[in-house]
This record gives sequence, C-alpha cells and structure tokens, in this order.
Amino acid sequence: MENTMEYEDSQAIQASLRKKSRPVETMIQAFLFLCGALSILTTLGIIYSLGSEAMLFFTRVQWEEINKTLAAEIDADQTLIVLSQSGKSLYEDDIIRLQDEYIRVLAIGEDGLTVERGVQNTIPAAHPADIDVFLEVKVTLREFFLQKDWNPQIGKFGIWALVNATLMTSLFATLVAIPLGLSTAIYLSEYASTKVRNTLKPILEILAGIPTVVFGYFALTFMTPVLRAVFGRDVVEIYNTASAGIVIGILVLPLVASMSEDALSAVPRSLREAAYSLGATKLETALKVVVPAAFSGIMAAFIVAISRAIGETMIVAIAAGAGPAFTFNPFKSAETMTGHIVRISGGDISYDSLDYNSLFAIGLMLFFITLTLNIISQFIVKRFREVYE
Amino acid sequence: MTAVQLQSQNPTASKQIAIETRNLNIYYGKFLAIKNNNMKIEARKITAFIGPSGCGKSTLLRSFNRMNDFVPSSWAEGEILYHGNNLYQQEIDAVEVRRKIGMVFQKPNPFPKTIYENVAWGARINGYQGNMDELVEEALRQAALWDEVKDKLKQSGLSLSGGQQQRLCIARAIAIKPEIILMDEPASALDPIATLKIEELIRTLSERYTIVIVTHNMQQAARSSDYTAFLNMNEDRAGYLVEFGPTEALFTNP
Amino acid sequence: MTDLFAANLPSRHRTGKIWNILFRASTFVGIIVLVILLLTIINNAFGYVAFEYKINPDSLVIEGVPLEEMSKEQLTQVLQENVSKGLFRNLEHQQPFETRERDEIYGLILERVLDPQIVGIWNMVDTIQLSRQEALAEVIDQHPNATIEFMSWLDLQFLTSPQSSTVVRAGIRTAVLGSLWTILVAVLFAFPIGVGGAIYLEEYAEDNKLNRFIRTNIYNLSGVPSIIYGMLGLAIFVRVLNKLTSGAVFGVVDPINSNGRTILSAGLTLGLLILPMIIINAQEAIKAVPNSLRLASYGLGGTRWQTIWHHVLPNALPGVLTGAILAVSRAFGETAPLVVVGASTFITIDPQSPFSKFTTLPIQIYQWTSRPQDEFRSIAAAAIIVLLILLLTLNTTAILLRNRFSRRMN
Repeated sequence: MENTMEYEDSQAIQASLRKKSRPVETMIQAFLFLCGALSILTTLGIIYSLGSEAMLFFTRVQWEEINKTLAAEIDADQTLIVLSQSGKSLYEDDIIRLQDEYIRVLAIGEDGLTVERGVQNTIPAAHPADIDVFLEVKVTLREFFLQKDWNPQIGKFGIWALVNATLMTSLFATLVAIPLGLSTAIYLSEYASTKVRNTLKPILEILAGIPTVVFGYFALTFMTPVLRAVFGRDVVEIYNTASAGIVIGILVLPLVASMSEDALSAVPRSLREAAYSLGATKLETALKVVVPAAFSGIMAAFIVAISRAIGETMIVAIAAGAGPAFTFNPFKSAETMTGHIVRISGGDISYDSLDYNSLFAIGLMLFFITLTLNIISQFIVKRFREVYE
Repeated sequence: MTAVQLQSQNPTASKQIAIETRNLNIYYGKFLAIKNNNMKIEARKITAFIGPSGCGKSTLLRSFNRMNDFVPSSWAEGEILYHGNNLYQQEIDAVEVRRKIGMVFQKPNPFPKTIYENVAWGARINGYQGNMDELVEEALRQAALWDEVKDKLKQSGLSLSGGQQQRLCIARAIAIKPEIILMDEPASALDPIATLKIEELIRTLSERYTIVIVTHNMQQAARSSDYTAFLNMNEDRAGYLVEFGPTEALFTNP
Repeated sequence: MTDLFAANLPSRHRTGKIWNILFRASTFVGIIVLVILLLTIINNAFGYVAFEYKINPDSLVIEGVPLEEMSKEQLTQVLQENVSKGLFRNLEHQQPFETRERDEIYGLILERVLDPQIVGIWNMVDTIQLSRQEALAEVIDQHPNATIEFMSWLDLQFLTSPQSSTVVRAGIRTAVLGSLWTILVAVLFAFPIGVGGAIYLEEYAEDNKLNRFIRTNIYNLSGVPSIIYGMLGLAIFVRVLNKLTSGAVFGVVDPINSNGRTILSAGLTLGLLILPMIIINAQEAIKAVPNSLRLASYGLGGTRWQTIWHHVLPNALPGVLTGAILAVSRAFGETAPLVVVGASTFITIDPQSPFSKFTTLPIQIYQWTSRPQDEFRSIAAAAIIVLLILLLTLNTTAILLRNRFSRRMN
C-alpha cells in the first residue's frame, strides 16, 4: 500500500516540478530585449539616413547654367559643334546638355568641339542656334575632400573650409579645457579637503548643466567684447572663432575635470603612501605616481572632451559666424561644420536640393569623426588600464 | 602603568639609540590611541612591536616617519627623538624625515612602473647624483632579489609574485639609503615560504639598518627580533607599553 | 652615505608650492567664469530703456486718471478716440469690447495708440551709474520725445505673452509651452523604453557577442553630437514618417501647412537623444540593488519578472528617477537638433496637440540672441534666466532624490 502511495505522490510531485511554460515571462523578456535592441536601430537609422542622403549628394546630377549658347544650328549626327565663346570653359569628358540630349565632349579644338552624341541613353536630335548649353555638375569625393572652398552657389563643395573652422574652435577649446580641467581634477583629488571638495564639486556640476545656447549668448555678449577690448576692435571681428572656441573650452571643462577626477580617485591610497614613505612631496606623488597611474582614464577624458568640442553647435552658431571661410586667423568669422548644418537647415530648404543633400554629407563626416574618437577612447581605457595590484 | 624595563645581559656595552619616544601620546581627534609611550630603540637591531589587534602598534610605528600626518584628525603630544631632534617640532620637514626613515607596508604596493623604475624613483626625486644602475643593483642585491630579476628589469613590478613584490618594496626603501626601516606586518600577506625569506632578509638587513617591525605573530617576534615591545589596550582602548626589552628576556620571563 | 643625494629639498618644496597655487587657481577659474556668466545675464536683463511714444501717454489722461489706472470703459473710450473708425469697427467686430479683458484693451492701446519705440537701452551696470537725466541726455538730441523708464525685462507679462515681433510685447509663453510639450513626448517615449532596455541588459542579458555589442553601441550613441540626432529626426520622423508625425494618419492635419515639423517629431527626436542617458543611469541604479534581495525572492519561488517588478525596480526606482530627471534637464536645454528638425521661426499660437508646429525656449533664446539689436539681447537674457531657474529646479530635485537614495542604502 505504502509503495503505491509513494509512487503516486512522486509522480504528482514530478508533474508539479516539471518546467511550466510561462508565456507572460517570455513576452516580457522579448519586449525588454527589443527595448535594448532599439539602440541598434537608432545607430542603423543614423548611418542609413546620413548615408543615403550623402550618397545622393555625391551622385546627384545638376545642370549648371554656364552662359554658353549653341553658336550655329546642328543636325542629329554632327560630331563637330561650335559653341559661343562666352561663359565657362569646357574640358574633355564634360557632359553637356542641349535641350533633351546629353553630349560628351571628346576634344576641344580651334574650330569647335568634337563630341559624342546621345550619351546616357538620350537620343541625338537637331538643335537650333542660340539655345542654352548646360553643364553637368557632380560633386566628386575628390572635390569634397581636396577643395578648400564651400560655396554652393558657384558649385564649390570643398569641405576644408568648414573642417578648418571646426578644427580651430576645437583647438582653442582644447587649450582651455584640458590644462584647466586636469589641474582642477588634481586639486580636487589630491589637495582639497573633503569640505572644499564637497562645495566645489556641485559648483562644477552646475557649470556642466548650463545649456550650450546660454554659453553662446555668453560668448557673444561677454567674451567677444573682452577680446575686442584686449586685442583691438579692428583686429577682432564681432563674429570670430577664438571667442567661440574659448567658450567651448569652458563648456567642456567640467567634463574633463570630473572624468579626470574619477580616474585619479580610483588610484588606490596605498600607491600614494608608498610614494610618501620614500620622502616624496605631495606634488611629486601627484604628478609622478598618481597621474601616470590614472593615465588611461585621463586620456579617455581628453578624447571625450575633444569629441564633444567638435560636435558643439550652438556656441559656434551664435558666436563664430555665418558663411564658410577658410582662414587661419582666429579673430575672423568662419563657419564650422555644425554651424553650417544648423544655419542651412534652420532656413527654407527644399528636400530635393543639393544643399539639403550636402548637409548630410557633412553630417556623415561629423558622425564618423566623433565615433572614431569615442572608439579610440574606449580602446585606450581597455588597453592601458593600470592593474594596481 | 609604567613600563618595565628589563636590563640587557651586558649592561656596560654602549648602545647607540636610533630613535626614542618620551611621554608620547597619540590622538585621533579626542580618542587616545597611544598612551604615555617611552622607549629607546637601539640602532642596527631589530625591534618588534607585538600586541593584540587594535592596540595601536601601527599607529605608533607610523608616528616615527610622520605618516600619521595624512590622517587629518591625528595629533601627538610628547616627543619622538631622532638623533636628539624632536620629530614633531614645527621646523622639522616631514618629507626629509621620510627619506631617513623608510617604510615597508603590509600589502606590497609597488608602483605600476618597471622594476628598475620602482627602485630608482625614490632616489631620483631625492636628487641622487651617483650611478643609478649601480644603486639599483645594490638595492636589489641587499633585498635578495637581484638574481631573480636581473634579466627582467624592464618588466612591470606588478608581474612579480607576492613575495617578490614585497622584496621589491624593500629594495625600493633601501635605495634612498635610510637609517631606519619601519615594517608594518611585512609578511602577513605572504605565504609561509615567502614569509621565511623575508625574515631571513630582515636579519641580514639589520646589520646595516635599524629595523622596527610590527607583527601579530608572536613566534616571528621571538625568532627574529633583538628587542620586543609588548603593547596592550586598556579599558578605553588606549595602547600602552606593557614591557620593553631584549626579546630573550621578555619571552622567558613572562 | 647621504652625500650622494643633492640638497634639493628646498627647491622641491618651492616647486610644490608654485604648482599648488596653479592647481588652486585653475579650479577657481571655473567658478569665476560661472559667476561672470550669471552676472552678465542679470546685467542684461534689467536696466533703463528710453521709449519714444507716438502719443505722450500723459496726454491721454481722463479726469485726472492716468492710463494705467483706468477702467475698462475708460480705456475703450481712449481707444475709440485715438484710432481710426475703421480699425475700431474691425476690432469690435472681431470681438466686442465688452467681452474683452481690461488688460487686453490696455495692450491694444499700447500697440496701436502709444506704439513705443525703443531708442536707447542700457544694461544694469550702466543703469546704476547713470541717473535718469544723464541717460535721457544721451538720447535727447536724436529723439526729443523720449522718456526713460526702468525696465525689468523679466516680468509676468514676459512669462505670459506669446512671441511678438516687437520687443516690448514679446514673451516666452509659446516657447515654454512648446518646450513642455516636446519634453513630455520625449519622456513618454524614452522612459519606458530606456528603463526596459536597462532591465534587459542588467537582469536578462547573457554575456554574448550581441549583448556586448548592444552595450558598446549605447555607450557610443551617448557620445554622438546632438545635431546628428536632429538630422536623423529630420530624415526619418519629418520626412519618411511624415504621414504619422503631421497627423495625416489621424486626419487632424492643417491642410495648408502640413508637414512633419511637429511637436511629435521633435519629441521623438529628443527622446532618441536622451535614451542612452536614461539606459546608462538606470543600469547603474539596477546594478546597485544588492543581490541578496534577488536571491531572497528567487528562494521563495519568484519568477524573474516577479523578482524584478516587485523587488528590484522599487529598490532601484530613486536612482532611475534621478537619471530620468537629469535626462529631462539635458533635453530641456537642447537647441541644435530641434532647429534641424524644424522649429518654427515665428509662431504665436500655443501648441494645441502633438501635431502642432512648435518652438522651444532654447530656440527662442537662440533666435533673439542672433538679432543684432540691443533690445533683443535683453529679452534673451530674461529668457535665459527663466531657463536656468527651470533647470536649477530640475537638477536640485534630482540631487535631493539621489541623496535620499544613498542615505537609504546606507
């Protein structure tokens, strides 16, 4: 009797112990996974939207009016045609358009252009005299990267003007933020008493929480007048990259300070004690033992700060100037990559213009620069993280 | 309670005193950690501080090289005399004190630098003028570590085993040519074999340096030291000196 | 023995002192800049203004009662006497004067009859130094009818008025409401997803390649410049999802002006921007929950979700909220992405729905700062004060929450 009961019991127990399916749990888990995965979607979205528009930018064909007309009428199979002298010069391999026909320039001679008729699937046709000639304009990668000037009106799409301004503002920002930020971090971590540290850290946090547009205001209403007073009103323009750069440095300073201070605080006390016990002064301990030990964290802080400075928009939009200009003079106005994007997109733009596409090409470049910097900083932390014990 | 001074076996031998405490009281804020300490530490001998946990042995040790300065609430009354100078006078530079009185810590704490740099650093910042390579080699030899690391001086100090790291810390302390070496439970974080090596090393070192060592291991004190100071806590947890004298005498006459 | 060591101690101490001063000074640079910044803003937000009225307000006195103290009927009378018949009839036709508020009629008088022009403006520092006569003297030659008034640009009227093209009447109501609407959308979108993502990463995710990739990805996203998010928003929310964000799908669209540049697009863009922040902060909060709590729950036969919902989340909630508040604070101050997404440059209507056009407080500040006239500097400063006070409140709440959180843990 007992045996059967035990057997039944254990069967029942086994049944109750068997794995249940819990649909709600699974659903919830799936939902939560999707939440986490949304981030991947965001990254893909960024790459896709920037990339596709940038692609359009580089593949888009525009017909530029070049102030040339057909000098004499031609029929459908003439391969030597004459254009007016006026207007832009043409080169071999240029593609021009007469009405609906695309024509490739093969050679330029004294009596006219030798051409290939009806290229790119267009039909050769007769054309009357005096019609306008249009030149096909495409922005090439080469032009994008090798040209200096950015002037869409005349078809110049060289990114260096914008990149140069970005580099200049970021340089000023770095020169301000890194020495001051690191010094602040060393002071807070190695010298300051707990009371001092507890009053100063919140102040730095407040500084870190001020929106960039307020800093832009500050750059325009305080920093620029100060620079003009110090260096002279004719030397310093109202909009200039130096003022914007310095204020970006102030914006980024709390970031450098707090990240560096975290890195310094993470260095164990025993290392400091070892240095003191050898008769080292506080300075020597701080600079020659603690800072090198916190090196990876401090480097990461610097790189993150530079990345932030490069991506900064409002301060430069307000104080650095409108209109791209390639100049090494920090007291002149120049437009950065970010400033350009915000100015153009803040105005009226049509979705199908080259201008619109160009924004995304710039944005893509900006994205890659900052992404690379961030990856480098992560790599540095991982590779050079000091093992203390 | 007054400390009981036991006479050494040979009372007429002239002793050179390396460091002496007189009516030393050490406080943390209002808390009295060391009460009325009076000792004379003889030069080039090993003196051990023993006693139960929390009785202030480390505090006392750290007061000798002014390491207690780094605890904000710590202050002292009385005197610690080093060559007749009270170390707690205003004019005394703590940084200089620490060069003359070195320290090895309980947990080995080599710098995250190369083995060479670990030994050389202290000497370098103190303005060493001579041949650094020689200094490093000599320090490592004295610390009985040279043979094991002479081929890998450029490797990180952290790549050594626990016992080797501790000997590296000893070499580092030796390199600045101190007079006294303070050791705060130097072997407690090590395995028995490494511990034995350290004990042998300490014995050799005491020929050149005055060693003051804190240990909670009675047998170690009995084995290795020339003098022992036995400290204990009273009801309000102040540490006081119960007995101080030659080890043999102390352990045979409880 | 000691001969081989140079006697460099004094110079080492000297060097130490110099660097000490340098470090200290660097720290105070940050504080000094903060102080200067606040002072600059306050400086610009108050001060003398020289007004030139089309008609001297003193001449509009009725029975010895000055304009500011008149009743609604008296004001209506003044209005009637001083504007064209046609205009008066039009205004009456739009909305009978009897039904209008007194302040509204006063505003109309200000706008149509007095029409003050700003002919001179001084900041606080100058105002303190000059007397009214001296200030008047500076402009009296060019503008003989000018009067000096002390203007606090930050006043109730400023807070409650919509945007306007004249500086005197401009206010930030539209902008503040726009900010609040967009932040609301952003939080409703980002908070659940962010906390959900954090829960997944901390409680469910194994250490495999995919999850590690998600983690690095989130960290990288937090470092992407905010303007890129704006471009993403422009390309996807405004254009591709145009039907959704403009409200066409729901049939609530304005047939003239419809496009995707609505609060919904702005809110979603901001939401994506703060999503990494919320996730990372929530992760920290969840990590801080002691494992013993989870083990206790599992030990009693709780499922994973039950453990999370009943034990982990309540325990982590203060930390999660702190992170969310900090994220909101960040979103409040964001300008660039919303400009790219398409904030309206000039709207006076309060937002009605998620499908309305929008502007936000930081964008308003940006626009006013970008104008060359000095008056705009002043109202920009007043708007900045409002923004900073809002942010200060948010951040203080977050810090108080964090302190209570850490006290509870200890």
